[in-house]
Amino acid sequence: MEDMIFYDRLQFAFTITFHYIFPQLTMGLSLLIVFFKWKYLRNNIEKYNNAAKFLMKIFAINFTMGVVTGIPMEFQFGTNWAKFSELTGGIIGQTLAMEGMFSFFLESSFLALFIFGEKLMGQKLHFLTGFLVFLGSWASGWFILATNAWMQHPVGYEILDNGKFVLENFSALFSNPWLLPAFLHNQLASVVTSSFVVASIGAFYILRNKHSEYGKLFLKTGVIFGLVSSVLVAFPTGDWNAKNVAKHQPGAFAAMEGIFETEHAGAEIVLIGQPNMVDKKLDNKIAVPNILSFLTYQEWDKQIPGMDQFEEDELPDNIPALYYSYHIMVGLGTIFIGVMALALFFLWRKKLYTIKPLLWTIMFLVPFPYIANLTGWYTAELGRQPYLVYGLLRTSDGISPTVSSGNTLFTLLGFVALYMLLGLLFLVLVGKTINQGPTPQKH
Amino acid sequence: MELFWYIAIGIVLAVFFVLDGYDFGAGIIHLFFAKEEKDKEVITKSAGLFWDSNEVWLVAAGGMLFMAFPTFYASVFSGFYLPLIIVLWLIVFRAIGLEFRGQFKYQMWKDIWDKSFGVSSLLLALFFGIALGNIVRGVNLGSVENGVSAHEGHYFFLPLWDGSFSPLTEHPGVIDWFTIIIGLIAVVTLAIHGANWIILKTNSSINNKLKGVIFKLNIALAVLTVFSLIVWLYVNPNSLDNFSQKPYLLVFPVIYLTGLIGLFFIKKIKKDSHAFALSSLLIIGGIASSLASLFPVILPSVNDVHEHLTIYNTSASEYGLSVALTWGIIGFALIVVYFIIQKRLMSGKIDNMDYGH
Ligand code: HDD
Ligand code: HEM
Ligand code: HEM
Repeated sequence: MEDMIFYDRLQFAFTITFHYIFPQLTMGLSLLIVFFKWKYLRNNIEKYNNAAKFLMKIFAINFTMGVVTGIPMEFQFGTNWAKFSELTGGIIGQTLAMEGMFSFFLESSFLALFIFGEKLMGQKLHFLTGFLVFLGSWASGWFILATNAWMQHPVGYEILDNGKFVLENFSALFSNPWLLPAFLHNQLASVVTSSFVVASIGAFYILRNKHSEYGKLFLKTGVIFGLVSSVLVAFPTGDWNAKNVAKHQPGAFAAMEGIFETEHAGAEIVLIGQPNMVDKKLDNKIAVPNILSFLTYQEWDKQIPGMDQFEEDELPDNIPALYYSYHIMVGLGTIFIGVMALALFFLWRKKLYTIKPLLWTIMFLVPFPYIANLTGWYTAELGRQPYLVYGLLRTSDGISPTVSSGNTLFTLLGFVALYMLLGLLFLVLVGKTINQGPTPQKH
Repeated sequence: MELFWYIAIGIVLAVFFVLDGYDFGAGIIHLFFAKEEKDKEVITKSAGLFWDSNEVWLVAAGGMLFMAFPTFYASVFSGFYLPLIIVLWLIVFRAIGLEFRGQFKYQMWKDIWDKSFGVSSLLLALFFGIALGNIVRGVNLGSVENGVSAHEGHYFFLPLWDGSFSPLTEHPGVIDWFTIIIGLIAVVTLAIHGANWIILKTNSSINNKLKGVIFKLNIALAVLTVFSLIVWLYVNPNSLDNFSQKPYLLVFPVIYLTGLIGLFFIKKIKKDSHAFALSSLLIIGGIASSLASLFPVILPSVNDVHEHLTIYNTSASEYGLSVALTWGIIGFALIVVYFIIQKRLMSGKIDNMDYGH
């Protein structure tokens, strides 16, 4: 039983981590593509159109990967989490089915038109199809986050005697207080990722002295979008999410922040420290007193419950992972703001394109927004433990009763192999596209 | 309400098989008949432009099934664990085959992805047929052994096959001689459908030859159909009851037969779209007849301990189903609009067109 749960969780974590690498770029990149296309419509400079079409090529490869790794996610609800699906399908089935109907159809119908239809449709319509692709991908984020928000903070349900959750209030699913902050934070985080990707391509072109006209355009656009979204991701949306966790999942909050013991006056904020699960304390800690209370409640000496206030089986089961994930996300977020602010400063002083160390930094920073996004999700998902539906349905009660751990381990290994191959192909193809550059092909 | 969603999901599935069916079929034809690079390229293009928007119908059917019949979704997806994972692999290889073949100009690269596309199309068609076979035959719900159930009555787990390969043992596997026959029917049907699509959408050099191929496949299909009907009755003796009680259901087999008979005249049919319509009828009629023969059961139990899964004992709440109806109607309307726009703008032969790529 124990190892059944373990392998099911591991497989879900592995496949969703891999899936989420792609949509976070899709969602943000579609915004940048629409932006370039819009610039082209306004001032008719060919450069913008080429930039949009070039990014679209990367988008298309990324999108394919998102689709092929997304279908296993949908299947897994049924294959590995059958009991969970049976009990909650009446509710999360709503949002998942709506995602299919309102976003995947929109996205996939217009993507083909956007890629192949420029000559067929004229520029205005072409812009419109691009916009619809953007809309579809953001709607997808909206519905999937509505699903996740319900698991984090269940609303609008009723539980029958046989343990089934049934929907009682449909609109509550979308007015869930968890949803809007999570959606905004998540979408902005995906804009961070794509801005960094675009800026990094720009830096690469400038450093290589190839396609430099586009290099400058990409770097400039990436830096501006990157700074704005990095700031917004931290404040107000990150802060807003933290307040939500403190309010609705206090046990998870204590674990995220690494508060083992409740302090009587205000709680300190931990900058550095390692959870020591044996002695239940943080080793080599650097902390600033009272800040956490202030950030969370705007009161310097507000008490924040520590982990000592909760039963062991109410707390997340992997506290160090949760704590590190959270601190990595926040730490990286702070670094992003710093680097992009610096870059914008030099952009304004018209020196950015010549400062090599900064260009190299921007180029190599590209994996980090991905890491921040993934660790952000780890924070959310590990913090939700030991529940699947917070406070109501335990993770151990959600797995498929008939699928043995051996089978799951077998398929997990299969996914690992398959995804390694996919990852490799993805890198090769994107690398090739970037290397070719945005210069228009001649027919 | 259950009935409404049952029909809606049935329609979405049928649309999926008509649409994605043609690119599965194109894959099968491509595997066996396309020899020249020009043909290979145009066939993969005729599938490659559309596979994604076609596959969404499968994703949507999955989502709707999850929403409307959660117990069924949970039971079937965990019970058919291994075949579904195989299906996932095939879906992945088909998609990347289509998307990646054109990325490099090396012959070897193209050959790999051509095979990837062709073989996984073939196997997927086979597996979808096998899946239908399993649904018709039924499974050992509750994994009953000597009258004792190992699980709750709506759960089961099937191995890929059982040593006897017989559909009539106490513990049938996913693959047995009956489900293989249904699988073959699916392969042949989709190959016909795909060939029609290629004729309709491309100017490939094998178009004329394909008409002959369709004719031959159609003979095979007719033979398989008669044969499967006999074994079908042998495996599930009640399967005609619904038709005798509700004779109007006979329209579905008639639709199937129209397609089948019509396609014998393939060489005389002037308009390519008519031939395509006939093979669509085959698919729609085939799926609808199978579902109608089971109704309201959606997964029969082969033991006497547990009752069949029906649309009534696996559905979500009444309230859930009726709110979903409201957004479902809006959703469907939008989809129809997208669909018309897409097919309008991309009508005509693929290779005559310059999409500005
Ligand atoms: C580029 C990515 C990125 C960056 C820089 C940040 N985040 Fe984040 N964060 C995410 C990407 C992300 C995410 C992956 O998008 C999550 C996971 C779930 C969600 O809705 O957004 C998330 C969740 C998330 C949560 C919810 C955790 C839970 O549900 O238990 C909190 C409290 C924060 N974030 C707080 C912050 C703060 C205070 C940041 C300050 C710098 C910050 N995040 C930067
Ligand atoms: C928004 C849609 C999502 C839904 C509905 C969802 C749902 C689930 C479910 C059902 C599980 C398995 C049960 C469990 O272990 O609690 C799970 C686990 C997990 N998910 Fe998510 N997930 C979503 C998004 C993500 C994303 C985008 C990531 C990260 C990239 C992520 C990371 C994880 C991890 C790491 C686990 C394993 C945690 C653990 O088992 O301790 N999730 N999620
Ligand atoms: C467990 C949770 C998840 C499931 C079941 C799931 C399911 C799917 C499926 C089935 C597809 C393919 C759709 C198609 O055929 O076009 C897909 C793609 C996509 N998913 Fe997920 N997904 C999950 C998590 C997420 C998360 C957390 C996000 C973002 C917040 C997301 C955003 C997208 C987007 C934007 C696409 C379009 C393809 C792409 O962008 O690469 N998904 N997902």
